[in-house]
Amino acid sequence: MEFDVVFLSRLQFAFTIMVHYLFPPLSIGLGVLLVVFEAIWLKTGDPEWHRLTKFWVKLFAVTFAVGVATGIVMEFEFGTNWAVYSRFVGDVFGSALAAEGIFAFFLESGFLAVLVFGWDRVGKKMHFFATLMVCLGSIFSSIWIVVANSWQQTPAGHHIVAAARGQRAEIVDFWTVVLNPSTIDRLVHVWIGALLTGTFFVMSISAYYLLRNRHVVFAKRSFTVALILGTIAAVAAPLSGDSSARLVAREQPSKLAAMEGLYETTEGGTPITVFGVPDDEAQELKYALQIPAGLSLLTYRDITTPVVGLDRFNPADRPPVLLPFLSFHLMVGIGSLLIVMTLAALFLLWRGTLFEQRWLLWGFVFAIVLVYLGNQSGWVAAEVGRQPWIVQAEFAPVMAARENPDVFYEYHEMDFTRPVNGLRTQDAVSGAINREMVAGSLVMFGLIYLLLVLVWVFVLNTKIHAGPEEGEAAASGEARKGGFFAVAADQADAAGPSSYTDARRKETDGDD
Amino acid sequence: MSYDLLCLIWFGLLGVLLAGYAILDGFDLGVGMLHPLAKTDKERRIFMNSIGPLWDGNEVWLITFGGALFAAFPNAYASVFSGFYIAFMLLLTALILRAVSMEFRSKRPGKWWRRFWDSCFLLGSTIAPLLYGVAIGNMLRGIPLKENQDYAGTFFDLLNPYSLGVGIMALALFVMHGNIYLYLKTEGELQKKLHDWIWRHFFLFLAIYLVMTVWTMIEVPHALDNFKHFPIAWVIVVLNVLAIANIPRAIYHNRPLYSFISSSCTIAALVFLVGMALYPNLVTSSIEPATRSITIYQDASSMKTLQIMLVIAVLGMPCVISYTIAIYWVFRGKVKLDSHSY
Repeated sequence: MEFDVVFLSRLQFAFTIMVHYLFPPLSIGLGVLLVVFEAIWLKTGDPEWHRLTKFWVKLFAVTFAVGVATGIVMEFEFGTNWAVYSRFVGDVFGSALAAEGIFAFFLESGFLAVLVFGWDRVGKKMHFFATLMVCLGSIFSSIWIVVANSWQQTPAGHHIVAAARGQRAEIVDFWTVVLNPSTIDRLVHVWIGALLTGTFFVMSISAYYLLRNRHVVFAKRSFTVALILGTIAAVAAPLSGDSSARLVAREQPSKLAAMEGLYETTEGGTPITVFGVPDDEAQELKYALQIPAGLSLLTYRDITTPVVGLDRFNPADRPPVLLPFLSFHLMVGIGSLLIVMTLAALFLLWRGTLFEQRWLLWGFVFAIVLVYLGNQSGWVAAEVGRQPWIVQAEFAPVMAARENPDVFYEYHEMDFTRPVNGLRTQDAVSGAINREMVAGSLVMFGLIYLLLVLVWVFVLNTKIHAGPEEGEAAASGEARKGGFFAVAADQADAAGPSSYTDARRKETDGDD
Repeated sequence: MSYDLLCLIWFGLLGVLLAGYAILDGFDLGVGMLHPLAKTDKERRIFMNSIGPLWDGNEVWLITFGGALFAAFPNAYASVFSGFYIAFMLLLTALILRAVSMEFRSKRPGKWWRRFWDSCFLLGSTIAPLLYGVAIGNMLRGIPLKENQDYAGTFFDLLNPYSLGVGIMALALFVMHGNIYLYLKTEGELQKKLHDWIWRHFFLFLAIYLVMTVWTMIEVPHALDNFKHFPIAWVIVVLNVLAIANIPRAIYHNRPLYSFISSSCTIAALVFLVGMALYPNLVTSSIEPATRSITIYQDASSMKTLQIMLVIAVLGMPCVISYTIAIYWVFRGKVKLDSHSY
């Protein structure tokens, strides 16, 4: 392993995107829950639901703000560290990025202000509309960014053109780019991950309150709604995962081989590995615990067709196995555990004894960590499994293993005399930067992101300890903590309209 | 619609995005720089909360500008972002530091706690506009490009006196702009103080503006070339001067909103003039400018991409503008500190 510009830039991108990805899935998942919470409030008019929504909005706001700050970094990094890549994909990504910028970002951050600061400034329905728009905006931006990433995995709808300065991919058909083979499967899987993050986040904090016997009514309501949505997401995850994996088998066989630790193509049905230790040096899987023909069964729905292994690729075209294998298996394991947890909790909820199961509630307090690990490891498998390509090269039409078991996948090397049909990660970095610059920025990001994550945790912690505002419905004998009074006092001291606009606003807002 | 016209439209739209960003984030960066001038904690909170609900949306203009540059002119995006690597890393640090300090500051009452985050807020708010100015200064002068259009200089080459001068002008402009904004958002004693500062900051800006105008004529002689082909552009120069003159006039007549609109127009006009000086280049190479410069016609994305993006922009921009206005309307009036405040 050499600490060159390529390696350091990959490390920096991996680090910054992984920190960034702490926030968007939570924003998306929590956004959906906010819409549900506020809709229930509007429907029932019960003030308890109002203060419940208000509390989760506060946590949402902090998460969202940090997500925006870390998101700017991602957009800049394409250009700063991956200039060759930017020149290559700019034309294809253009439309997706423009759409994301215009529809998603503005929608989110514009209405976010109303969502967070507008409780006393707009009517109930207008506020609900803002919540809906923020939720839609965050879902929109997930669409465009997954479209762009999916295009890198399974490029379609473009052609390679010799432009004024070197070759680049140019768009031929917009909808083919947007709906490239992997977009839908991957988008659905990302959304499921996001919904799991949002619901387990809410369940974690609610379970904590229940265990501490604080805000009991609030916590039970939040937990119940989140549990129902979370169970749906947990059960849907393997279905979407199965569809996604079969697509990978078809479109990116080397990636599936890496995720499954499949160094060698077998004769007949390929077993699936439940546990094993991949050894990239020796190109073999050690201590493997396997289920015969399992992978063939999952991939082709029969037990005789072999799945292509890494031996069908030139060594230079093989992804590393260790990281995709481990992270993929970690994700699958966590997903299975979440299904068991949510189904058990749902059963106990139906029996009416869920909130007495202290051990299970403790489990839910910490399960959010697992969800995060699952999200991150899924992406590690997806991105490391794509290597050595940054934009996957095209190859001879696939499903090949099925018709032709002896197929060998060969890619054109990067060569400017004829169209390249993909871009290797090692060829994609900026020419204008050197090792010291990237090492420096990596250290800088390390420090500033540490600060940022600390802020996030600290602010969340403060808000969680302060708890939701007390309302009339707080007859549940909860212990009170300080914090709210201090804020209320602060509010009182700045009261009183003292300008024309203010006085007029008071009048117009009277219908609240 | 011809390809050249599409390229020109996207050059124009980038200008609109940049001007939108400079006007909107300009005042909140300005508020950040003025922040230490507020003496009491309450005043500082009023300053911060005047931009509290808005800064996030304002920064989205920067993200969209970056995205549009990437999409419409990938070569320019790649060369500038990789070439100004250290500058961009500093900018990112500054922007993140600013966001963090606003969130963190209000969470604890301690004197040193707040003082520390105040300094971070000031630092972030100062470094960002300084770097924008320095970047624009260098774009005007031209930067050395290799044959493959990679930047051939170093970070310290960017810190030449002229570009630093443009950076300082950006600081003065945003301080004045933010000052007028705060005047609109405050009342009583604090507003009176801000009124006095406007005069100080206006004349500071005016002085730097005059110096930089002359310096630009000397340093960037080709800046006026395009005016020969498009003499109509002189109208913008005249409007720019009128807008600047109207800033103190409106303040004198106690019409701060007009003054704010005038300083916004000043910013827009300056962005336009930068565009006039650059055209048809996006990045002018100081080495073999004729072959190595990145131009809006040779280095744009394909016709198809520019068309699709234009459709998206035409559909999306009216929505963006109407809800930006709606949100500013919701948050109009003087700053009030409440339980949602920073």
